Amino acid sequence: MAKATFEVPELTQYTEVPPITPGAMAHSAPFKSREEFQTPLGFPGELVEDWQARAIDKMGELLGKYRSLRVYMDACVKCGSCTDKCHYFLGTGDPKNMPVARQDLMRKVYRRYFTLSGKLFPKLVGAEDFTEEVLNDWYSYFHQCSQCRRCSVFCPYGIDTAEISMAAREIMDSIGVGQKYCNEIIGKVYKIGNNLGLPGPALEDTLEGLEEDVYDDTGVRVKYPIDQVGAEILLVTPSADFFAEPHVDGLIGYGKVFHEAGVSWTLSSYASEAANFGMFIGSYDNMRRLAQRIREAAIELKVKRIVFGECGHAWRVAYSFLNTLAGPWDFLDPRYPVPQHICEFTYELIQQGKLNLDKSENDDKVLTYHDSCNVARASRMGNTPGGQFEIPRAIIRATCNNFYDMDEDTIRDRTFCCGGGGGLLTDDLMELRVKGAKPRVDALNNVMQEKGVTHMATICAICKSQFTKVLPYYGLDMDQIVSLHQLVSNAIVLTPGPDDEDEDDDEPDPDDPNDEEETDEAA
Amino acid sequence: MAFLTNFYAFLFYFAAFVLVAGLARKIIQYARTPAPLKIPTTPAPTTGRGVVLRMMREVVLFESLFRGNKWTWVFGWMFHFGLLLVTLRHLRYFIEPVWFPIQLVQPFGIYGGIAMILGLAGLWARRFLVDRVKYITSTSDHLILGLLIAIGCTGLLMKFVFHVDVVEIKHFFQGLYSYDIQPLPADPLLLLHLFLVALLMIIFPYSKLLHMPGLFFSPTRNQVDNPRERRHIAPWARKLEQS
Repeated sequence: MAKATFEVPELTQYTEVPPITPGAMAHSAPFKSREEFQTPLGFPGELVEDWQARAIDKMGELLGKYRSLRVYMDACVKCGSCTDKCHYFLGTGDPKNMPVARQDLMRKVYRRYFTLSGKLFPKLVGAEDFTEEVLNDWYSYFHQCSQCRRCSVFCPYGIDTAEISMAAREIMDSIGVGQKYCNEIIGKVYKIGNNLGLPGPALEDTLEGLEEDVYDDTGVRVKYPIDQVGAEILLVTPSADFFAEPHVDGLIGYGKVFHEAGVSWTLSSYASEAANFGMFIGSYDNMRRLAQRIREAAIELKVKRIVFGECGHAWRVAYSFLNTLAGPWDFLDPRYPVPQHICEFTYELIQQGKLNLDKSENDDKVLTYHDSCNVARASRMGNTPGGQFEIPRAIIRATCNNFYDMDEDTIRDRTFCCGGGGGLLTDDLMELRVKGAKPRVDALNNVMQEKGVTHMATICAICKSQFTKVLPYYGLDMDQIVSLHQLVSNAIVLTPGPDDEDEDDDEPDPDDPNDEEETDEAA
Repeated sequence: MAFLTNFYAFLFYFAAFVLVAGLARKIIQYARTPAPLKIPTTPAPTTGRGVVLRMMREVVLFESLFRGNKWTWVFGWMFHFGLLLVTLRHLRYFIEPVWFPIQLVQPFGIYGGIAMILGLAGLWARRFLVDRVKYITSTSDHLILGLLIAIGCTGLLMKFVFHVDVVEIKHFFQGLYSYDIQPLPADPLLLLHLFLVALLMIIFPYSKLLHMPGLFFSPTRNQVDNPRERRHIAPWARKLEQS
């Protein structure tokens, strides 16, 4: 078990609503961004002189640009429906982690400067000047929101704290108070092409290594191509898929699925990142710039389709915003939606019976499935509402014999965030990440006790990274987290291709040369 | 006497103006503010008809609140449905002849008044009894609840205990339509009731009561989930495309 400098909450069968503990997480805030990370994104390097006036101007600008913000500032009646819905509140008990209270950090400033009642009777309506203290609260608590939108499900007016925390972060960035983790990462994409700063040659190396590994395992040459002009499909996937565990097992799985589908595909070293951290900082401009790279890569490589790998918020940006930000996509094959999720792709093949799946390959596992928040509450798969819940589950059922869902109140659109989303997947926020994961880990632990579940599959790079790091704090094993396409990868029975033939000719089996011929015929 | 009548006549002209103009201003502001990205909370309907249905369930049944908190839903729904019945019942003061459905609803309006007060009492109790809700409650939240309960109680008292001349009240309001000011009965309870109602109308566009128009403009609820099929681009975002 990892060492903690804070108290790790004890797991409980049902996540109980804690009594409020004011200030419990006031100390928690991410490292501030420095000039070198701020400037490439178009933000001032440090807190500007007249920050208050500029912040209020920016707020006015955003109120005019985003209907969500405008309406949500006015509409809250403080009914309390959201107060026990946030995983960070449930894990920490800090009342400012109740969505309504978090929103009110902005609302009290909004009232003071933009409403008549707040100008005339600030005390009465809870309006406050934008002081340095308030700004510090903003920095702490708007970085304790993973923008998972669980609160918006239960709000009678659909007030979405994600929209408010995005606006708050954009305002803070515009006065020079940025979050290092997000902004540094966005800069890396601009410079190198992906969040992790992996240059093209490193990616090529990794992919070659994967091809060899898969060949050693299966005897089949599955291709993992990059920058191949004229490929049919451009795969855009989070850069964690190139090397992190268990992410890379998912990437291996995508390649096997494409192999079986018999389509040509390619990755791009220019758009080697599906994640779009522009969303986390609420910056339309940066989100757009990041999305445009995918368009440029698609044109460059002359592809016909775009498929996204397993990543939660990346899929939200792809599904909901890509067409708006980087479209129109009229140069692609109109028979397919732009973009498609790898799960949609795999599911279609399964339905058509084109994948030969041996479920028993996953018999060493009993599975459950974690709905990633941005997939569940902010995107869709397939043609019908809720496809994002059903399609991944259908794939799991097609690849495994043992599957159990967690408690109904913690899955589908009521799913709990892993605790590391929204740009909070940084080591400086370890306490928040561990405590915020508690509701999900409670439910996981529960289904482990009751159903003997051993593994949890998920389709988000952040979820995978977060859980592998955080589960050990709760006495669980980091290997319990698997990529969904890892299950596909295990179960899929590969069809040998013509390349495998060549390989066999080079190294004939001295014992039984006829064996190869039979295999070839079978293929 | 004449002073009181004139004062109330002016008060209601003023309150009606603030309510209508203030709400219109807000609605225009909401409608004009672009929603640059599709952000429906999913699973969301993929057709306009589906969105209308989703909205109706929110407005009539408070669907999301029902999923969120049963107690708040019970009290909240009781209050709002009660208020609807009471409002329908009160229409008889403002229209002549009184439409048949409004005649039918009269007795239910009384139950509505009682339900409204019970619902409000429950909502108010939560603000003291639940530590989370207590934490988020501000003075104005108490004041609005107090105002609504006071309106309800003065109304019910006039119905059950201290009766007032409803015919004269109707004359007063009918007269307002044609700037023909008719005398208002100088009943303290009635005057208090009417004063509070006018106050409610005045604060409406400047308070959290904006949740009423706000609900219809909430992008998480009113957007169609079709971003892959259709480009959804705000005017200010379109300008970025030209650069």
